[in-house]
Amino acid sequence: MTDTTTADLARIIKEHPFFAGLDERFCDLISDCATTEQFEANAYLFHEGEQANHFYLLRHGRVALEIKSPGHGSIVIQTLRAGEILGVSWLVPPYRLAVDAKAIELTRTITVNAACLQGKCDEDHDFGYEMMQRFMPILVQRLHATRLQLLDVYGAKS
Amino acid sequence: MFMAQSPETLGVGVAADVMLPRIARVRGLRLDGPETWTLDVEDEGNAGSFVPGQFNMMTAFGVGEVPISFSGDPSNADCVTHTVRAVGHVSAALTRLEPGDVLGLRGPFGTGWPMAEMAGRDVVIIAGGLGLAPLRPVLYHLLAQRDRYGNVALLYGTRSPEDVLYHQELRSWGGRSDLEVDMTVDHATTTWHGHVGVVTTLVPHATFDPINAIALVCGPEIMMRFAIGALRDAGVADEAIYLSMERNMKCAVGFCGHCQFGPLFVCRDGPVFRYDRVRTLLGVKEL
Repeated sequence: MTDTTTADLARIIKEHPFFAGLDERFCDLISDCATTEQFEANAYLFHEGEQANHFYLLRHGRVALEIKSPGHGSIVIQTLRAGEILGVSWLVPPYRLAVDAKAIELTRTITVNAACLQGKCDEDHDFGYEMMQRFMPILVQRLHATRLQLLDVYGAKS
Repeated sequence: MFMAQSPETLGVGVAADVMLPRIARVRGLRLDGPETWTLDVEDEGNAGSFVPGQFNMMTAFGVGEVPISFSGDPSNADCVTHTVRAVGHVSAALTRLEPGDVLGLRGPFGTGWPMAEMAGRDVVIIAGGLGLAPLRPVLYHLLAQRDRYGNVALLYGTRSPEDVLYHQELRSWGGRSDLEVDMTVDHATTTWHGHVGVVTTLVPHATFDPINAIALVCGPEIMMRFAIGALRDAGVADEAIYLSMERNMKCAVGFCGHCQFGPLFVCRDGPVFRYDRVRTLLGVKEL
């Protein structure tokens, strides 16, 4: 983890597309739970089955979401890049991660402590609602994308 | 509903001409993807006369005829280029041809991409799988006259890294500063270092002004529907979205009705359609 002041964090958080236009007060609440991190290429941010203790705002680099498949090694199911968020399992019980996340290249994140953020959401429902409003579209978009992926539209050669 | 026209209504002479394949000769072939070959064909007097997006009917003599889009440089007056994936008897026969072999050609047929309307605008090209082939002539044209256009983005999706078409060309285009190339695959192993995810996920990352952009989409129909959804979410108007449809085209001139798509014939009224003109038809299961 790197040493970044709370003011710096608030600024970086506000600049991230996921939190575009976020109220200053909410930005400070997130900053209280956040830190910056850097992952070298091929380093794992987390592994399948672990507790979902964090979510990540990707600032730089790319991350592959992998699932181990017996006999096939790991299969990449999605990649994420700067400007996107990584980690939604912290939102719902049992708060368990479903994939491995590996940095494809040098990756910089703002890492947010899930328990800390959940506490602030519980204390301030306006803040909690704001978080839900930002996370829900991402969840729905990823659900739609997964459905399209499952259709294997290029499978039938044309 | 429109009715398919008979040869008689157009005049026998006209019908005979458009239905008669001319003899052409294979100049060369190259493997451009799995079971996918690009053929350069000597087509005297006809090369360089097509609009990107149009197609030829290609005949493998003794086997049959299939519609194949032009995939080469429209400014090349020397030969025509078609990319063919071996999926049936006719297409497989075409990919087995060798330099010097003859084949039949009819065309060019159908509507093309709106080349004139792209001038001065950002251009977003979304291709899925083999759908890159009919869009490649557009890219040749845009890059040859690059100053006439705004930002140009090519968003390309395939099933897996092995299915990527035109590897070398994509690499070369990716190195250009005046062309944004973003590519993704639906599935990959960890040996692939590019993006993984459906092609629609590339749209929010592309650089274009939705008010001033024109979008061209070609690929499997489901992929096109989702891609159009992503473009609309990004603020692109229905009137600025064009797609290339695929149906069972036989005669290529609206005689036979095999490719009827509601009141339209894909071979004659398409294959390139403006989205707002086919929007309601795309939602009809029976079509």
